[in-house]
Amino acid sequence: MEVLVFLVPLALMLGLIGLVAFLWSLKSGQYDDLEGAGWRAIEDDEAERETRAQ
Amino acid sequence: MQAARDFSHYVRDLGSGLSHLDLAVEGVNCAGCMSKIERGLSALPNVTLARVNLTDRRVALEWKEGALDPARFIDRLAELGYKAYPFEPVQAEAIETEQANFLLRCLGVAAFAAMNVMMLSVPVWSGSVTDMIPEQRDFFHWLSALVALPAAAYSGRPFFRSAFRALGAGGTNMDVPISIGIVLALAMSVAETIHHAEHTYFDAALMLITFLVAGRYLDQSMRRKTRAVAANLAALKAETATKFVGVDEVCEVPVAAVRAGDIVLLRPGDRSAVDGTVVDGQSSIDQSLITGETLPAKAGPGTAVYAGMLNLSGALRVRVAATSEGTLLAEIGRLLENAVQARCRYVQLADRASRLYAPIVHAAALLTMLGWVAFGASWHEAIVTAISVLIITCPCALGLAIPAVQTIVSGAMFRTGVLLNSGDAIERLAGVNKVVFDKTGTLTLPELDVANAADIPQDVFDLAGQVALGSHHPVAAAVARAAGARTPMAGVEEVTGQGVRGVFNGLEVRLGRPSFCGVEELANELLFRDPECSVVGFRSGDARHVFAVRQNLRPDAVASVAALRQYGIDVEILSGDREPAVRHAAGQLGIHQWRAGVTPADKIARIDELKQLGFKVLMVGDGMNDAPALAAANVSMSPSSATHLSQATADMVFLGDRLAPVVAAIEFSRKALRLMRQNLWLAAGYNLLAVPVAIAGLATPLVAAAAMSGSSMLVVLNALRAQRRDRGAD
Repeated sequence: MEVLVFLVPLALMLGLIGLVAFLWSLKSGQYDDLEGAGWRAIEDDEAERETRAQ
Repeated sequence: MQAARDFSHYVRDLGSGLSHLDLAVEGVNCAGCMSKIERGLSALPNVTLARVNLTDRRVALEWKEGALDPARFIDRLAELGYKAYPFEPVQAEAIETEQANFLLRCLGVAAFAAMNVMMLSVPVWSGSVTDMIPEQRDFFHWLSALVALPAAAYSGRPFFRSAFRALGAGGTNMDVPISIGIVLALAMSVAETIHHAEHTYFDAALMLITFLVAGRYLDQSMRRKTRAVAANLAALKAETATKFVGVDEVCEVPVAAVRAGDIVLLRPGDRSAVDGTVVDGQSSIDQSLITGETLPAKAGPGTAVYAGMLNLSGALRVRVAATSEGTLLAEIGRLLENAVQARCRYVQLADRASRLYAPIVHAAALLTMLGWVAFGASWHEAIVTAISVLIITCPCALGLAIPAVQTIVSGAMFRTGVLLNSGDAIERLAGVNKVVFDKTGTLTLPELDVANAADIPQDVFDLAGQVALGSHHPVAAAVARAAGARTPMAGVEEVTGQGVRGVFNGLEVRLGRPSFCGVEELANELLFRDPECSVVGFRSGDARHVFAVRQNLRPDAVASVAALRQYGIDVEILSGDREPAVRHAAGQLGIHQWRAGVTPADKIARIDELKQLGFKVLMVGDGMNDAPALAAANVSMSPSSATHLSQATADMVFLGDRLAPVVAAIEFSRKALRLMRQNLWLAAGYNLLAVPVAIAGLATPLVAAAAMSGSSMLVVLNALRAQRRDRGAD
């Protein structure tokens, strides 16, 4: 059972990393345009489109 | 002549040599448009950022300072096929964005903490039936406290703040019992942890916060989207003025950049964006947006001009006045202020429910405690049981019951073209049993149309349309629009104050005043039959015709009024226009109660009278003269073509040429109120089941968790039904 001393803080730490990532994404404006973000994901990349055009 | 456009008012300096501009763009609604616009704009030299926001229908631009004229962006977008308008960032919107981000941060923290505390709770719950030793349980409880206390203090702030504000104002609202529940649950859990007890409620408190913040965020984001679209609409109206910067040199500037004392030019066909006095020029002006009067008035030096007036014939130079100077505006402003002050505070359903709910629940908890002590239990045991009653009745479902319905209904209204300005408008709209319409611009379309199109041969109509394109006069524009004319006739010449003339197949063609075309007799005959229309004469060789141009009723006005009646709603017209015009419209719509020539003060008086008779009044109006009445009514709506003042005053704004959104909004709001009540009963029913269990001392944290999430799901699922319209969906 001593392993809990490592595992529980580790689990909390992983959760915390998730939280920090969320707060960062919020701060960098990734939740400003949820509708547009959905479409951007399936858009072709800029470089790809140009090579195809040539 | 196109005046130079000056957008510097909208450009924000970011420092580090970059400039920023926000544009509202019409017609962006798919991924294709998004990349087309972004690629098109990025291709301009020196542009460092071009990013479309699909939610707000806007594009943000950044470029190297001074390297580019902002007007280039608008021209480029026009080349790409989009109409764009510079957009003034509003303070209120920045605050809303900040609020939304605050709620999202709270939601993130609460969800993180709730998940981790649950992860710690599950071993405790299952450990109690296996072989978990008390020390391990205590360790898990302490860890939970470590996570839960700071997280709750952070993410519970939306509720704590609002509860403090309500208590400070001497009242109570839904957030008071929520805050009490959260604080007591946490306090008891800490005390129990110190005493090595078996049950703590950290997970329940955090789950409660997570659900409630999620509900609040959804509500907020729906309102924010509506607000953004409403702000775009304001930008799309292109409120610019043509200002004199030299003796004869003009420049197109945004209205916000015009100062009192400036001289602006009003061309024929322009709508004034400023208040002021005419200093030079002769013309006739249409003031229907201000007074409801549809007959044009004469304007010359000394005539007062108000924002929203349409200049019809000659160019005018107007000296801009400070807003307070205008007597009409000052009067309307004063009435509006009084009406807003007199507006009785409407108590929202949620607050009424919490006024009932809080005393009952708190009394039940108190009685539980006293009861347990009376039956010989220890004080500690009695207090723990009493608090578990509070936790299990914690208004999770109650807190979601109304916001969930509001969010979904405002979304559904948004899709039918109704923008909500205020959150409690849905509830107020549901009780309406009297609708008061303004006539000009509300029951009728804001643009003029040809009323006797059926009497005019098609080839004559086409020809007249081509000639009409040569004139700026709004009445001529109406003829051109009705004819669907695209190509102006070559060599058309405008005769000031008379009309336009040109040559077609060797014959002279004229369009304009009846006397200019020699058709006075025909015109008088038409005017006799339909006294409130404007007449335009047309002569092509020997053929003579007269067009009757007037504001037509909105295409579905008759059906909408009938639909309102079906809902048991009385309809009345209060118009500033003359009697024959109002009588005619009322007759067409079958409305028996109408008043004409009504002043803004009279409108308020009539609405107060109706309210005193026990009616719940919905006022629908667009003009400046309607603004005080909009504030005085129980609830109000404006079409999107309305003046700024009316739109800002109204609780709701509806889009498009049809009145159907008004009917749909009432339908939706009634359904919403029904669902809100249902949800409150569901929440009450849940409490009736759960409370006896808690009073008996049988509520464990596991029971609390299951019961709370179950009841929250129930009310959210019930709220989802609000999306569907009952009948008459189109």
